[in-house]
Amino acid sequence: MSAIPVSEVDLSVNVGGIALKNPVMVASGTFGYGPEYADLVDINRLGAIVVKGICLNPTKGNPTPRTAEVASGLLNAIGLPGPGVDGFVRTYMPFLRQYATPVIVNIWGKTIEEYAEVARRFDQVEGIAGLEVNVSCPNIKEGSALFGTDLDMFRRVVDAIRAATRLPIIPKLAPNVADITAFAKAAEASGANAISLINSFPGMAVDIKTRKPKLANITGGLTGPAIRPIAVRLVWQAAKAVSIPVIGMGGIGAVNDALEFFLVGARAVAVGTANFTNPAAAVTLVDDLRAYLAAQGMASLDGVVGTFAP
Amino acid sequence: MSMFQENAEVVEHEAIQGGYNLLIMRAPRIAPAVRPGQFVHVLVPHLGESILRRPFSVFRAEGDRLAILYKDVGRGTRTLTYLRHGETLSLVGPLGNGFPDPAPGLFPVLVAGGYGMAALHICAQRSPVKGVAFFGGRTAADILCVKEFEALGWTVIVTTEDGSLGQQGRVTDALDPWMAQGGSARKPELFVCGPSGLLKAVASRALEHRWRAWVSVDNNMGCGVGACLTCVLKVHDHAKGDWTWARACREGPVFAASDIVWEAVG
Repeated sequence: MSAIPVSEVDLSVNVGGIALKNPVMVASGTFGYGPEYADLVDINRLGAIVVKGICLNPTKGNPTPRTAEVASGLLNAIGLPGPGVDGFVRTYMPFLRQYATPVIVNIWGKTIEEYAEVARRFDQVEGIAGLEVNVSCPNIKEGSALFGTDLDMFRRVVDAIRAATRLPIIPKLAPNVADITAFAKAAEASGANAISLINSFPGMAVDIKTRKPKLANITGGLTGPAIRPIAVRLVWQAAKAVSIPVIGMGGIGAVNDALEFFLVGARAVAVGTANFTNPAAAVTLVDDLRAYLAAQGMASLDGVVGTFAP
Repeated sequence: MSMFQENAEVVEHEAIQGGYNLLIMRAPRIAPAVRPGQFVHVLVPHLGESILRRPFSVFRAEGDRLAILYKDVGRGTRTLTYLRHGETLSLVGPLGNGFPDPAPGLFPVLVAGGYGMAALHICAQRSPVKGVAFFGGRTAADILCVKEFEALGWTVIVTTEDGSLGQQGRVTDALDPWMAQGGSARKPELFVCGPSGLLKAVASRALEHRWRAWVSVDNNMGCGVGACLTCVLKVHDHAKGDWTWARACREGPVFAASDIVWEAVG
Protein backbone atom coordinates (compact mmCIF):
# COMPACT_ATOMS: atom_id res chain seq x y z
CA MET A 1 0.00 0.00 0.00
CA SER A 2 1.31 3.43 -0.83
CA ALA A 3 0.35 6.61 0.94
CA ILE A 4 -2.45 8.80 -0.36
CA PRO A 5 -3.10 12.50 0.31
CA VAL A 6 -4.99 13.15 3.54
CA SER A 7 -7.58 15.02 1.48
CA GLU A 8 -8.59 11.70 -0.07
CA VAL A 9 -9.46 10.16 3.28
CA ASP A 10 -13.17 10.07 4.00
CA LEU A 11 -13.86 9.60 7.71
CA SER A 12 -17.63 9.88 7.47
CA VAL A 13 -19.64 7.06 8.95
CA ASN A 14 -23.27 6.28 9.62
CA VAL A 15 -23.90 4.98 13.10
CA GLY A 16 -27.40 3.63 13.57
CA GLY A 17 -28.95 6.23 11.31
CA ILE A 18 -26.84 9.12 12.58
CA ALA A 19 -24.55 10.51 9.88
CA LEU A 20 -21.21 11.50 11.40
CA LYS A 21 -18.54 13.48 9.55
CA ASN A 22 -15.98 11.48 11.46
CA PRO A 23 -16.15 8.63 13.98
CA VAL A 24 -14.84 10.58 16.98
CA MET A 25 -17.37 11.65 19.60
CA VAL A 26 -16.97 13.14 23.04
CA ALA A 27 -18.38 10.93 25.77
CA SER A 28 -21.25 11.81 28.03
CA GLY A 29 -20.27 13.47 31.28
CA THR A 30 -16.87 14.57 30.05
CA PHE A 31 -17.85 17.50 27.86
CA GLY A 32 -20.67 19.11 29.83
CA TYR A 33 -23.39 20.34 27.48
CA GLY A 34 -20.97 21.96 25.03
CA PRO A 35 -20.48 25.58 26.09
CA GLU A 36 -17.96 24.58 28.74
CA TYR A 37 -15.43 23.63 26.06
CA ALA A 38 -16.54 25.88 23.20
CA ASP A 39 -13.62 28.30 23.64
CA LEU A 40 -11.10 25.49 23.49
CA VAL A 41 -12.56 23.00 21.03
CA ASP A 42 -14.11 23.57 17.60
CA ILE A 43 -17.33 21.63 18.18
CA ASN A 44 -17.90 21.53 14.42
CA ARG A 45 -14.90 19.24 14.10
CA LEU A 46 -16.33 16.57 16.39
CA GLY A 47 -18.10 13.52 15.01
CA ALA A 48 -20.84 13.99 17.58
CA ILE A 49 -21.31 15.55 20.96
CA VAL A 50 -22.87 13.37 23.62
CA VAL A 51 -24.13 15.61 26.39
CA LYS A 52 -24.19 14.88 30.09
CA GLY A 53 -27.01 12.61 31.30
CA ILE A 54 -30.46 14.16 31.44
CA CYS A 55 -33.45 12.89 33.39
CA LEU A 56 -36.96 14.25 33.65
CA ASN A 57 -36.55 16.84 36.41
CA PRO A 58 -33.64 18.92 37.72
CA THR A 59 -31.32 16.97 40.03
CA LYS A 60 -28.57 18.10 42.38
CA GLY A 61 -26.33 15.05 42.25
CA ASN A 62 -24.07 13.70 44.97
CA PRO A 63 -22.30 15.45 47.85
CA THR A 64 -18.57 16.18 47.62
CA PRO A 65 -15.91 14.87 47.26
CA ARG A 66 -17.15 13.59 43.93
CA THR A 67 -13.93 12.49 42.24
CA ALA A 68 -10.61 11.01 43.20
CA GLU A 69 -7.60 10.69 40.96
CA VAL A 70 -6.24 7.14 40.99
CA ALA A 71 -3.51 5.34 39.07
CA SER A 72 -4.05 6.08 35.36
CA GLY A 73 -7.65 6.93 35.98
CA LEU A 74 -10.33 8.91 37.69
CA LEU A 75 -12.88 7.59 40.12
CA ASN A 76 -16.10 9.55 40.07
CA ALA A 77 -19.46 9.63 41.76
CA ILE A 78 -20.92 12.86 40.46
CA GLY A 79 -24.44 11.49 40.72
CA LEU A 80 -25.84 12.95 37.49
CA PRO A 81 -26.74 16.49 38.53
CA GLY A 82 -28.56 18.22 35.72
CA PRO A 83 -31.20 20.67 34.59
CA GLY A 84 -33.86 18.11 33.59
CA VAL A 85 -35.38 17.82 30.12
CA ASP A 86 -37.00 21.25 29.97
CA GLY A 87 -34.03 23.02 31.54
CA PHE A 88 -31.66 21.34 29.11
CA VAL A 89 -33.74 22.13 26.05
CA ARG A 90 -34.25 25.75 27.08
CA THR A 91 -30.69 26.44 28.25
CA TYR A 92 -28.52 24.41 25.91
CA MET A 93 -30.32 23.47 22.70
CA PRO A 94 -30.18 26.98 21.17
CA PHE A 95 -26.41 26.85 21.66
CA LEU A 96 -26.04 23.30 20.32
CA ARG A 97 -28.17 23.96 17.24
CA GLN A 98 -25.55 26.43 16.00
CA TYR A 99 -23.22 23.57 15.14
CA ALA A 100 -23.21 21.15 12.24
CA THR A 101 -22.42 18.35 14.65
CA PRO A 102 -25.00 15.75 15.69
CA VAL A 103 -26.20 16.13 19.26
CA ILE A 104 -26.73 12.86 21.09
CA VAL A 105 -28.51 13.23 24.42
CA ASN A 106 -27.62 10.79 27.14
CA ILE A 107 -30.81 10.01 29.07
CA TRP A 108 -31.53 8.28 32.36
CA GLY A 109 -34.43 7.69 34.70
CA LYS A 110 -35.28 6.28 38.08
CA THR A 111 -38.07 4.12 36.68
CA ILE A 112 -38.85 2.54 33.32
CA GLU A 113 -41.73 4.99 32.94
CA GLU A 114 -39.38 7.90 33.52
CA TYR A 115 -36.93 6.64 30.90
CA ALA A 116 -39.79 6.38 28.41
CA GLU A 117 -41.13 9.81 29.30
CA VAL A 118 -37.72 11.43 28.82
CA ALA A 119 -37.40 9.70 25.43
CA ARG A 120 -40.90 10.82 24.44
CA ARG A 121 -40.12 14.45 25.33
CA PHE A 122 -36.90 14.48 23.32
CA ASP A 123 -38.70 12.95 20.36
CA GLN A 124 -40.36 16.35 19.88
CA VAL A 125 -37.21 18.45 20.18
CA GLU A 126 -35.57 19.88 17.08
CA GLY A 127 -31.86 19.29 16.64
CA ILE A 128 -31.43 16.03 18.49
CA ALA A 129 -29.82 13.25 16.46
CA GLY A 130 -30.21 10.39 18.87
CA LEU A 131 -30.49 9.20 22.44
CA GLU A 132 -27.83 7.34 24.33
CA VAL A 133 -29.49 5.39 27.12
CA ASN A 134 -27.60 5.44 30.37
CA VAL A 135 -28.58 2.16 31.99
CA SER A 136 -25.35 1.82 33.81
CA CYS A 137 -24.41 4.81 35.90
CA PRO A 138 -22.94 3.17 39.00
CA ASN A 139 -23.60 6.21 41.17
CA ILE A 140 -27.36 6.45 41.33
CA LYS A 141 -28.91 4.65 44.24
CA GLU A 142 -32.42 4.37 42.92
CA GLY A 143 -32.13 1.41 40.63
CA SER A 144 -30.36 2.82 37.61
CA ALA A 145 -27.41 0.48 37.94
CA LEU A 146 -29.77 -2.49 37.94
CA PHE A 147 -31.06 -1.53 34.52
CA GLY A 148 -27.54 -2.15 33.24
CA THR A 149 -26.77 -5.42 34.96
CA ASP A 150 -30.10 -7.25 35.11
CA LEU A 151 -30.89 -8.56 31.64
CA ASP A 152 -34.64 -8.56 32.10
CA MET A 153 -34.68 -4.99 33.45
CA PHE A 154 -32.38 -3.94 30.62
CA ARG A 155 -34.75 -5.39 28.00
CA ARG A 156 -37.74 -3.70 29.57
CA VAL A 157 -36.12 -0.29 29.64
CA VAL A 158 -34.90 -0.52 26.03
CA ASP A 159 -38.32 -1.78 24.89
CA ALA A 160 -40.06 1.10 26.66
CA ILE A 161 -37.74 3.69 25.12
CA ARG A 162 -38.06 2.09 21.69
CA ALA A 163 -41.83 2.44 21.93
CA ALA A 164 -41.52 6.09 23.03
CA THR A 165 -39.33 7.56 20.30
CA ARG A 166 -38.48 7.41 16.62
CA LEU A 167 -34.99 8.76 17.33
CA PRO A 168 -32.03 6.40 17.05
CA ILE A 169 -31.40 4.87 20.47
CA ILE A 170 -28.02 3.75 21.73
CA PRO A 171 -28.01 1.80 25.02
CA LYS A 172 -24.73 2.34 26.86
CA LEU A 173 -23.68 -0.95 28.33
CA ALA A 174 -22.31 -1.58 31.80
CA PRO A 175 -18.94 -3.35 31.89
CA ASN A 176 -19.58 -5.27 35.11
CA VAL A 177 -21.68 -8.10 33.69
CA ALA A 178 -20.85 -11.76 33.26
CA ASP A 179 -21.69 -11.85 29.56
CA ILE A 180 -21.65 -8.63 27.58
CA THR A 181 -22.92 -10.39 24.46
CA ALA A 182 -26.25 -11.11 26.15
CA PHE A 183 -26.81 -7.39 26.70
CA ALA A 184 -25.57 -6.47 23.22
CA LYS A 185 -27.95 -9.00 21.63
CA ALA A 186 -30.84 -7.92 23.85
CA ALA A 187 -30.30 -4.32 22.77
CA GLU A 188 -30.32 -5.33 19.12
CA ALA A 189 -33.41 -7.51 19.56
CA SER A 190 -35.24 -4.64 21.29
CA GLY A 191 -34.64 -2.34 18.36
CA ALA A 192 -31.60 -0.37 19.46
CA ASN A 193 -29.89 1.34 16.52
CA ALA A 194 -26.41 1.03 18.00
CA ILE A 195 -24.76 0.27 21.32
CA SER A 196 -22.05 2.13 23.15
CA LEU A 197 -19.61 0.70 25.67
CA ILE A 198 -18.20 0.86 28.17
CA ASN A 199 -19.58 2.94 30.98
CA SER A 200 -17.32 3.44 33.99
CA PHE A 201 -16.27 0.40 36.00
CA PRO A 202 -17.45 0.33 39.64
CA GLY A 203 -14.67 0.93 42.13
CA MET A 204 -13.62 2.67 45.30
CA ALA A 205 -10.61 4.18 47.02
CA VAL A 206 -9.78 4.61 50.70
CA ASP A 207 -7.87 7.42 52.39
CA ILE A 208 -5.50 5.46 54.59
CA LYS A 209 -4.94 8.39 56.96
CA THR A 210 -8.57 9.15 57.75
CA ARG A 211 -9.82 5.58 57.07
CA LYS A 212 -12.62 7.18 55.10
CA PRO A 213 -13.65 6.68 51.48
CA LYS A 214 -12.18 9.15 49.00
CA LEU A 215 -15.65 9.70 47.58
CA ALA A 216 -18.64 10.94 49.57
CA ASN A 217 -20.69 8.30 47.77
CA ILE A 218 -18.15 5.66 48.97
CA THR A 219 -18.16 3.86 45.61
CA GLY A 220 -17.79 5.36 42.17
CA GLY A 221 -17.04 4.61 38.56
CA LEU A 222 -13.52 4.24 37.25
CA THR A 223 -12.65 5.88 33.93
CA GLY A 224 -9.51 6.75 32.02
CA PRO A 225 -6.59 4.74 30.61
CA ALA A 226 -6.84 2.26 33.51
CA ILE A 227 -10.00 0.73 32.03
CA ARG A 228 -8.96 0.66 28.37
CA PRO A 229 -8.01 -3.05 28.22
CA ILE A 230 -11.34 -3.92 29.85
CA ALA A 231 -13.15 -1.81 27.27
CA VAL A 232 -11.26 -3.28 24.31
CA ARG A 233 -12.15 -6.79 25.38
CA LEU A 234 -15.81 -5.98 25.87
CA VAL A 235 -16.10 -4.06 22.59
CA TRP A 236 -14.49 -7.00 20.79
CA GLN A 237 -16.95 -9.46 22.32
CA ALA A 238 -19.98 -7.23 21.75
CA ALA A 239 -19.05 -6.35 18.17
CA LYS A 240 -18.80 -10.04 17.26
CA ALA A 241 -22.24 -10.68 18.72
CA VAL A 242 -24.34 -8.06 16.93
CA SER A 243 -24.70 -6.46 13.55
CA ILE A 244 -25.74 -3.01 14.82
CA PRO A 245 -22.84 -0.54 15.11
CA VAL A 246 -20.75 -0.46 18.26
CA ILE A 247 -19.38 2.79 19.65
CA GLY A 248 -16.26 2.08 21.68
CA MET A 249 -15.05 4.07 24.65
CA GLY A 250 -12.95 3.65 27.73
CA GLY A 251 -9.59 5.34 28.17
CA ILE A 252 -9.26 6.69 24.64
CA GLY A 253 -7.02 9.73 24.42
CA ALA A 254 -5.07 9.35 21.20
CA VAL A 255 -5.21 7.72 17.78
CA ASN A 256 -3.46 4.51 18.77
CA ASP A 257 -5.99 3.96 21.53
CA ALA A 258 -8.85 4.50 19.10
CA LEU A 259 -7.32 2.13 16.52
CA GLU A 260 -7.47 -0.72 19.02
CA PHE A 261 -11.21 -0.19 19.27
CA PHE A 262 -11.69 0.09 15.50
CA LEU A 263 -9.69 -3.06 14.92
CA VAL A 264 -11.88 -5.08 17.28
CA GLY A 265 -15.01 -3.85 15.54
CA ALA A 266 -16.04 -0.39 16.79
CA ARG A 267 -17.50 1.84 14.03
CA ALA A 268 -17.03 4.96 16.12
CA VAL A 269 -15.26 5.90 19.32
CA ALA A 270 -15.69 8.43 22.09
CA VAL A 271 -13.06 10.40 23.96
CA GLY A 272 -13.98 10.72 27.62
CA THR A 273 -11.78 11.46 30.60
CA ALA A 274 -8.99 12.52 28.22
CA ASN A 275 -10.99 15.69 27.53
CA PHE A 276 -10.14 16.78 31.07
CA THR A 277 -6.44 16.19 30.54
CA ASN A 278 -6.28 17.52 27.01
CA PRO A 279 -9.27 19.46 25.70
CA ALA A 280 -7.79 19.13 22.21
CA ALA A 281 -7.70 15.32 22.44
CA ALA A 282 -10.76 14.60 20.26
CA VAL A 283 -9.92 16.97 17.40
CA THR A 284 -6.28 15.90 17.49
CA LEU A 285 -7.47 12.30 17.25
CA VAL A 286 -9.49 13.17 14.13
CA ASP A 287 -6.42 14.72 12.47
CA ASP A 288 -4.16 11.86 13.49
CA LEU A 289 -6.65 9.25 12.32
CA ARG A 290 -6.83 10.90 8.92
CA ALA A 291 -3.04 11.04 8.74
CA TYR A 292 -2.74 7.41 9.79
CA LEU A 293 -5.14 6.21 7.11
CA ALA A 294 -3.47 8.35 4.45
CA ALA A 295 -0.09 6.93 5.36
CA GLN A 296 -1.55 3.42 5.11
CA GLY A 297 -3.01 4.21 1.71
CA MET A 298 -6.54 3.78 2.98
CA ALA A 299 -9.32 6.11 1.88
CA SER A 300 -11.60 5.13 4.74
CA LEU A 301 -11.77 3.15 7.95
CA ASP A 302 -13.33 0.20 6.14
CA GLY A 303 -9.97 -1.51 5.90
CA VAL A 304 -9.50 -1.21 9.65
CA VAL A 305 -12.83 -1.84 11.36
CA GLY A 306 -13.10 -5.41 12.60
CA THR A 307 -9.87 -6.55 10.96
CA PHE A 308 -8.36 -7.70 14.24
CA ALA A 309 -6.68 -11.02 13.48
CA PRO A 310 -6.15 -13.14 16.57
CA MET B 1 -14.59 34.87 28.64
CA SER B 2 -11.94 33.53 26.36
CA MET B 3 -9.62 30.71 27.28
CA PHE B 4 -6.79 28.99 25.51
CA GLN B 5 -4.84 25.75 25.53
CA GLU B 6 -1.22 26.70 25.07
CA ASN B 7 2.21 25.15 25.38
CA ALA B 8 4.17 27.51 27.58
CA GLU B 9 7.94 27.65 27.75
CA VAL B 10 9.69 27.90 31.08
CA VAL B 11 11.59 31.18 31.23
CA GLU B 12 12.59 31.18 34.88
CA HIS B 13 12.05 28.73 37.68
CA GLU B 14 13.46 29.38 41.10
CA ALA B 15 13.05 28.27 44.67
CA ILE B 16 12.21 31.30 46.78
CA GLN B 17 12.07 30.15 50.39
CA GLY B 18 10.56 27.44 52.54
CA GLY B 19 9.47 25.14 49.72
CA TYR B 20 7.92 27.97 47.69
CA ASN B 21 8.80 28.29 44.03
CA LEU B 22 8.31 30.90 41.36
CA LEU B 23 7.70 29.58 37.85
CA ILE B 24 7.72 32.12 35.02
CA MET B 25 6.53 31.00 31.59
CA ARG B 26 6.10 32.48 28.16
CA ALA B 27 2.38 32.15 27.39
CA PRO B 28 1.62 34.77 24.73
CA ARG B 29 -2.04 33.87 24.33
CA ILE B 30 -3.02 33.28 27.94
CA ALA B 31 -0.98 35.95 29.74
CA PRO B 32 -2.56 39.05 28.17
CA ALA B 33 -6.07 37.72 28.87
CA VAL B 34 -5.60 37.20 32.61
CA ARG B 35 -7.80 39.09 35.04
CA PRO B 36 -7.12 39.29 38.81
CA GLY B 37 -7.94 36.11 40.69
CA GLN B 38 -8.02 33.81 37.66
CA PHE B 39 -6.10 30.56 37.43
CA VAL B 40 -4.37 28.32 34.91
CA HIS B 41 -4.82 24.56 34.69
CA VAL B 42 -1.39 23.01 34.39
CA LEU B 43 -0.55 19.63 32.91
CA VAL B 44 2.49 18.79 35.01
CA PRO B 45 4.98 17.02 32.73
CA HIS B 46 6.36 13.61 33.69
CA LEU B 47 3.64 12.97 36.25
CA GLY B 48 3.31 9.39 35.06
CA GLU B 49 0.09 7.72 36.10
CA SER B 50 -1.59 10.98 37.22
CA ILE B 51 -3.97 12.12 34.54
CA LEU B 52 -5.48 15.36 35.81
CA ARG B 53 -4.23 18.90 35.42
CA ARG B 54 -3.46 20.97 38.52
CA PRO B 55 -4.92 24.46 39.05
CA PHE B 56 -2.67 27.36 40.07
CA SER B 57 -3.58 30.99 40.69
CA VAL B 58 -1.87 33.34 38.30
CA PHE B 59 0.62 35.31 40.37
CA ARG B 60 1.74 37.72 37.66
CA ALA B 61 0.82 38.31 34.04
CA GLU B 62 2.84 40.91 32.17
CA GLY B 63 3.16 41.00 28.40
CA ASP B 64 3.63 37.42 27.28
CA ARG B 65 4.93 36.32 30.69
CA LEU B 66 2.84 34.43 33.13
CA ALA B 67 4.01 33.43 36.60
CA ILE B 68 2.70 31.07 39.22
CA LEU B 69 3.93 30.89 42.78
CA TYR B 70 3.48 27.51 44.37
CA LYS B 71 4.46 25.45 47.36
CA ASP B 72 5.87 21.97 47.11
CA VAL B 73 3.07 20.16 48.94
CA GLY B 74 2.49 16.91 47.05
CA ARG B 75 3.48 14.72 44.14
CA GLY B 76 2.21 17.16 41.50
CA THR B 77 4.00 20.18 42.86
CA ARG B 78 7.12 18.15 43.67
CA THR B 79 7.30 16.98 40.06
CA LEU B 80 6.77 20.53 38.89
CA THR B 81 9.91 21.63 40.76
CA TYR B 82 12.03 19.52 38.36
CA LEU B 83 11.01 21.62 35.34
CA ARG B 84 13.94 23.43 33.82
CA HIS B 85 14.42 26.55 31.74
CA GLY B 86 13.44 25.91 28.11
CA GLU B 87 11.07 23.00 28.83
CA THR B 88 7.44 23.38 27.89
CA LEU B 89 4.23 22.53 29.66
CA SER B 90 0.61 22.65 28.60
CA LEU B 91 -1.60 25.30 30.15
CA VAL B 92 -5.33 25.89 29.86
CA GLY B 93 -6.40 29.36 30.86
CA PRO B 94 -7.10 31.90 31.98
CA LEU B 95 -9.90 30.17 33.87
CA GLY B 96 -12.51 31.13 36.36
CA ASN B 97 -14.32 34.18 37.52
CA GLY B 98 -11.75 36.30 39.33
CA PHE B 99 -11.92 39.30 41.63
CA PRO B 100 -14.08 42.20 40.53
CA ASP B 101 -12.57 45.65 40.14
CA PRO B 102 -12.36 47.32 43.53
CA ALA B 103 -15.51 49.35 44.12
CA PRO B 104 -15.01 53.13 43.92
CA GLY B 105 -15.31 54.76 47.33
CA LEU B 106 -14.37 51.64 49.27
CA PHE B 107 -11.00 51.03 50.88
CA PRO B 108 -9.34 47.84 49.57
CA VAL B 109 -8.11 45.36 52.14
CA LEU B 110 -6.26 42.22 51.08
CA VAL B 111 -6.19 39.22 53.38
CA ALA B 112 -3.94 36.28 52.53
CA GLY B 113 -2.91 33.07 54.18
CA GLY B 114 0.41 31.65 52.97
CA TYR B 115 0.60 31.44 49.20
CA GLY B 116 -2.97 32.73 48.99
CA MET B 117 -1.09 35.96 48.48
CA ALA B 118 -0.31 34.79 44.93
CA ALA B 119 -3.94 35.13 43.88
CA LEU B 120 -4.06 38.70 45.20
CA HIS B 121 -0.94 40.09 43.56
CA ILE B 122 -2.52 41.15 40.26
CA CYS B 123 -5.39 42.62 42.24
CA ALA B 124 -2.85 44.64 44.23
CA GLN B 125 -1.09 45.78 41.05
CA ARG B 126 -4.20 46.87 39.20
CA SER B 127 -6.20 48.40 42.04
CA PRO B 128 -6.20 52.19 41.56
CA VAL B 129 -6.37 52.66 45.33
CA LYS B 130 -3.67 50.99 47.40
CA GLY B 131 -4.89 49.93 50.81
CA VAL B 132 -3.78 47.50 53.46
CA ALA B 133 -2.66 43.90 53.01
CA PHE B 134 -2.75 41.37 55.84
CA PHE B 135 -0.42 38.41 55.31
CA GLY B 136 -0.60 35.47 57.67
CA GLY B 137 1.38 32.25 57.88
CA ARG B 138 2.57 29.55 60.20
CA THR B 139 6.13 30.85 60.24
CA ALA B 140 8.37 33.51 58.64
CA ALA B 141 9.04 31.30 55.61
CA ASP B 142 5.32 31.41 54.73
CA ILE B 143 5.33 35.20 54.36
CA LEU B 144 6.14 36.02 50.78
CA CYS B 145 6.63 39.08 48.61
CA VAL B 146 6.08 41.70 51.32
CA LYS B 147 8.51 44.07 49.58
CA GLU B 148 6.73 43.64 46.26
CA PHE B 149 3.40 44.59 47.74
CA GLU B 150 4.98 47.52 49.60
CA ALA B 151 6.62 48.68 46.38
CA LEU B 152 3.16 48.73 44.79
CA GLY B 153 2.04 51.12 47.52
CA TRP B 154 0.32 48.76 49.94
CA THR B 155 0.78 48.75 53.69
CA VAL B 156 1.56 45.16 54.63
CA ILE B 157 0.75 43.83 58.10
CA VAL B 158 2.29 40.45 58.87
CA THR B 159 1.27 37.80 61.37
CA THR B 160 2.88 34.43 62.01
CA GLU B 161 1.56 31.75 64.32
CA ASP B 162 5.01 31.16 65.83
CA GLY B 163 5.83 34.86 66.05
CA SER B 164 8.95 34.50 63.89
CA LEU B 165 7.88 37.47 61.78
CA GLY B 166 5.48 40.33 62.47
CA GLN B 167 2.82 40.01 65.11
CA GLN B 168 2.32 36.60 66.71
CA GLY B 169 -1.07 35.05 65.98
CA ARG B 170 -3.46 34.53 63.14
CA VAL B 171 -4.24 37.00 60.43
CA THR B 172 -7.54 37.87 62.15
CA ASP B 173 -5.59 38.82 65.30
CA ALA B 174 -4.21 41.74 63.29
CA LEU B 175 -7.28 42.39 61.18
CA ASP B 176 -9.68 42.73 64.15
CA PRO B 177 -7.84 45.54 66.00
CA TRP B 178 -7.12 47.34 62.71
CA MET B 179 -10.81 47.33 61.85
CA ALA B 180 -11.73 48.37 65.41
CA GLN B 181 -9.26 51.26 65.36
CA GLY B 182 -10.80 53.04 62.42
CA GLY B 183 -10.30 50.61 59.58
CA SER B 184 -13.94 49.68 59.40
CA ALA B 185 -14.90 53.37 59.33
CA ARG B 186 -13.12 53.57 55.97
CA LYS B 187 -15.74 51.32 54.37
CA PRO B 188 -13.49 48.35 53.64
CA GLU B 189 -13.79 45.98 50.73
CA LEU B 190 -12.02 42.71 51.41
CA PHE B 191 -10.22 40.48 48.91
CA VAL B 192 -9.36 37.20 50.56
CA CYS B 193 -7.40 34.09 49.60
CA GLY B 194 -6.05 31.32 51.77
CA PRO B 195 -6.99 28.09 53.53
CA SER B 196 -10.69 27.51 54.15
CA GLY B 197 -10.35 28.22 57.88
CA LEU B 198 -9.08 31.69 57.09
CA LEU B 199 -11.78 32.29 54.48
CA LYS B 200 -14.43 31.25 56.97
CA ALA B 201 -13.04 33.43 59.77
CA VAL B 202 -12.81 36.52 57.58
CA ALA B 203 -16.18 35.88 55.93
CA SER B 204 -17.95 35.60 59.29
CA ARG B 205 -16.60 39.04 60.26
CA ALA B 206 -17.56 40.48 56.91
CA LEU B 207 -21.08 39.14 57.19
CA GLU B 208 -21.44 40.36 60.78
CA HIS B 209 -20.25 43.88 59.99
CA ARG B 210 -21.71 44.00 56.48
CA TRP B 211 -18.34 44.58 54.85
CA ARG B 212 -18.16 43.78 51.20
CA ALA B 213 -15.90 40.74 50.85
CA TRP B 214 -14.67 38.49 48.05
CA VAL B 215 -13.10 35.15 48.78
CA SER B 216 -11.14 32.86 46.51
CA VAL B 217 -11.73 29.18 47.26
CA ASP B 218 -9.25 26.37 46.65
CA ASN B 219 -11.30 23.27 45.84
CA ASN B 220 -10.09 20.09 44.22
CA MET B 221 -10.70 20.33 40.50
CA GLY B 222 -11.02 17.97 37.58
CA CYS B 223 -11.47 19.59 34.21
CA GLY B 224 -11.16 23.24 35.31
CA VAL B 225 -13.68 24.46 32.75
CA GLY B 226 -17.01 23.53 34.31
CA ALA B 227 -17.73 20.16 32.71
CA CYS B 228 -16.88 17.52 35.29
CA LEU B 229 -18.61 19.06 38.34
CA THR B 230 -15.91 17.93 40.77
CA CYS B 231 -15.19 21.30 42.38
CA VAL B 232 -18.72 22.31 43.31
CA LEU B 233 -19.58 24.07 46.57
CA LYS B 234 -22.89 25.07 48.08
CA VAL B 235 -23.99 28.65 47.48
CA HIS B 236 -27.18 30.42 48.50
CA ASP B 237 -29.94 30.70 45.97
CA HIS B 238 -31.20 33.91 47.59
CA ALA B 239 -34.26 34.13 45.32
CA LYS B 240 -35.53 30.67 46.20
CA GLY B 241 -34.30 30.60 49.80
CA ASP B 242 -32.48 27.38 48.95
CA TRP B 243 -28.94 26.33 48.14
CA THR B 244 -27.49 25.32 44.82
CA TRP B 245 -24.15 24.05 43.61
CA ALA B 246 -21.65 26.45 42.08
CA ARG B 247 -18.52 25.37 40.27
CA ALA B 248 -15.33 26.72 41.84
CA CYS B 249 -13.71 26.60 38.40
CA ARG B 250 -16.40 28.52 36.55
CA GLU B 251 -18.67 30.61 38.79
CA GLY B 252 -15.62 30.90 41.11
CA PRO B 253 -12.96 30.60 42.33
CA VAL B 254 -13.94 34.03 43.65
CA PHE B 255 -17.30 34.36 45.36
CA ALA B 256 -19.00 37.06 47.38
CA ALA B 257 -18.64 35.97 51.01
CA SER B 258 -22.39 36.33 51.39
CA ASP B 259 -23.04 33.79 48.62
CA ILE B 260 -21.24 30.81 50.14
CA VAL B 261 -23.05 28.41 52.47
CA TRP B 262 -20.33 28.53 55.11
CA GLU B 263 -21.83 25.80 57.30
CA ALA B 264 -21.02 23.38 54.46
CA VAL B 265 -17.38 24.45 54.17
CA GLY B 266 -15.03 22.00 55.92
